[in-house]
Amino acid sequence: MPRGTDRPVLMQGNEACARGALAAGVRFFAGYPITPSSEIAEILAEVLPGVGGRFIQMEDEIASMAAVIGASLAGVKSMTATSGPGFSLMQENIGYAAMAEIPCLIVQVQRAGPSTGLPTSPAQGDVMQARWGTHGDHPAVVMAPSSVRETFDLTVECVNWSERLRLPVILLTDEVVAHMRENVTLPGPGELAVYERPRPELPPGDPAFLPYKPGPDEVPPMASFGCGYRYHVTGLHHDQRGYPIHEGHEAGELTRRLCRKVERRRSELERVEWIGPGGARGPQPPPGWPPAGRPATVVVSYGSTARGAEAACELAREDGREVALLRLVTLWPFPDAALAKAAELAGGSGEILVVEMNLGQVFLEVIRVAAGRTAVRHFGRVDGELITPEEIAAVIPRSRGTR
Amino acid sequence: MSRPQADEALTLSLLRVDRFPHIWCSGCGHGIVLSALVRALAIRIEAKELDPKDVVVVSGIGCAARAAGYLNFDGVHTTHGRAIAFATGIKLARPELKVIVITGDGDLAAIGGNHFIHAARRNIGLAVVCFNNSIYGMTSGQYSPMTPRKAKATTAPYGHIEKPFDLCELALACGGTYVARGAAYFAAKLTDYVLGGLDHRGFAFIEAVSQCPTYFGRRNRMSGAGDMLRWQKENAVSLDRATAFTPEELSGKFRVGVFRDVNEPEYTEEYGRIMELARHKAAGEGK
Repeated sequence: MPRGTDRPVLMQGNEACARGALAAGVRFFAGYPITPSSEIAEILAEVLPGVGGRFIQMEDEIASMAAVIGASLAGVKSMTATSGPGFSLMQENIGYAAMAEIPCLIVQVQRAGPSTGLPTSPAQGDVMQARWGTHGDHPAVVMAPSSVRETFDLTVECVNWSERLRLPVILLTDEVVAHMRENVTLPGPGELAVYERPRPELPPGDPAFLPYKPGPDEVPPMASFGCGYRYHVTGLHHDQRGYPIHEGHEAGELTRRLCRKVERRRSELERVEWIGPGGARGPQPPPGWPPAGRPATVVVSYGSTARGAEAACELAREDGREVALLRLVTLWPFPDAALAKAAELAGGSGEILVVEMNLGQVFLEVIRVAAGRTAVRHFGRVDGELITPEEIAAVIPRSRGTR
Repeated sequence: MSRPQADEALTLSLLRVDRFPHIWCSGCGHGIVLSALVRALAIRIEAKELDPKDVVVVSGIGCAARAAGYLNFDGVHTTHGRAIAFATGIKLARPELKVIVITGDGDLAAIGGNHFIHAARRNIGLAVVCFNNSIYGMTSGQYSPMTPRKAKATTAPYGHIEKPFDLCELALACGGTYVARGAAYFAAKLTDYVLGGLDHRGFAFIEAVSQCPTYFGRRNRMSGAGDMLRWQKENAVSLDRATAFTPEELSGKFRVGVFRDVNEPEYTEEYGRIMELARHKAAGEGK
């Protein structure tokens, strides 16, 4: 069994991801080599067979995603890991997992795109793809770690949510978080909350069993293949028996329920971290911030970029500017509540500055939530280089409208 | 030789008859191929060599793929071309399951070609049954990798210029360890080939030549299913007879029979060995 660490160990984000997956009970990995995600596959190829798990390198990412879904149907917690081009190839089957409600984890270590782009250079250009990459209305749960330890924690959390809600969950990391090495202490098996997918209460063969009858939380309990339930799974719209249906109310209700099962968990899913003056951290804005009459900036960032943004806020404060960082941990469902709070705190005299390694993706969502209550600006890079604290600090305003 | 046949009620219990009528057109050969598959499964289930709970049917997209929905087993109707890749995940996660893939010629040989060749190469224990009607039926008659030269299709209105695959030769070249071809016309024989595939430990491929009177026959001067079944009867050449044919004489005909049936290391069994190795290594490190 994978163990925790009793003392700090130096490891990279990808290794923390693999260890988090093992700790969450993942016992199946299918993938295709792609930088900067390959270490996850390499570690699991070595460790999984020794703990009763299985690893396979498939012929492409389409097949990898398919095999992951197949293994999950057979009752095993399953995952893959990839980067931009491979993530593009997986999209159709990610939609299948959403429609057929198959739990699985997709780790997406972002690199600069489009196309082959800048392999092994970091980017955050796949935020919208993680939400809308597959066709059709569908739910999405996407989390973005900023550190090695958080990569471990969020991997566990993503597996948990995929199992509890029966959907594909995406851990959206980036090349810097994936390859950066930090000293971390990892929790042991007893110190982690690990969830399993809901199982049917009716025994196999009970004529009352309906494979797609939702439970009270809108999630249908899931039977594993090979246990005698003998049920049908399809990517077509389907009724509670799992049989294909045509257009009409029942079809629309299925799409709505798939989205509702995430919507109703929004308050638990929307995770953010505020970092205020003096480095005070927490899920809520720093108490009493900003001081009355001081135009304030809320910097919004996530992933590796948030590290630079945090340092930038310190630089700006030393310079007398009023600023706090809102670090997004969950990207989807978008943390509307926290952003609404940020817009309120910045208000008419301040602003929100979105910093991300793209030309404006989270930015668009922030504009939507801010709804004109405060100014929203974007600062990004798309050249495969990290954004430095100095660059960010330089665009944090001294007061509204001046720099 | 009297052919074994399972009890009719048992055979019927393997079908979801509440799903009928099926979606296939009148004269379609897919019902015959499905019944050959059901009969084979019933024989092994009746003999207690197979437990229905251990059977998983995986299909892609297309007319043939809908067969998965008519079979009373755990079944998954996947995305277009990807049935073998889904099946690989199921089989590797639970090697004790009997995983059957139902696919069509477009699903298998066009969009799914990559998965087909690699599953054969790995010799993973899947029984793949390809309902080959040489056309895309569900999307109303476009050419597939199995459409013969000169045939008409909605996307080959002037006659087709591509050479089709020989799917069995492809499976053989990729390392498939059980490879057979039958046809809807020879329904009983087809059951035998499926039985051979079900009993096989490694990658089994069974091509079933089927007919699509609606989208292939109508456009290619075959007036209906009768004509097309007659074509199957007259153009099938058994493997032993085929040895006396020149390639020219075989042109336009198709060979039927068991091309290969050999035992080679099966993928999930080999992976089991890896698990054993890794377990020992992990235990050694734990000391």
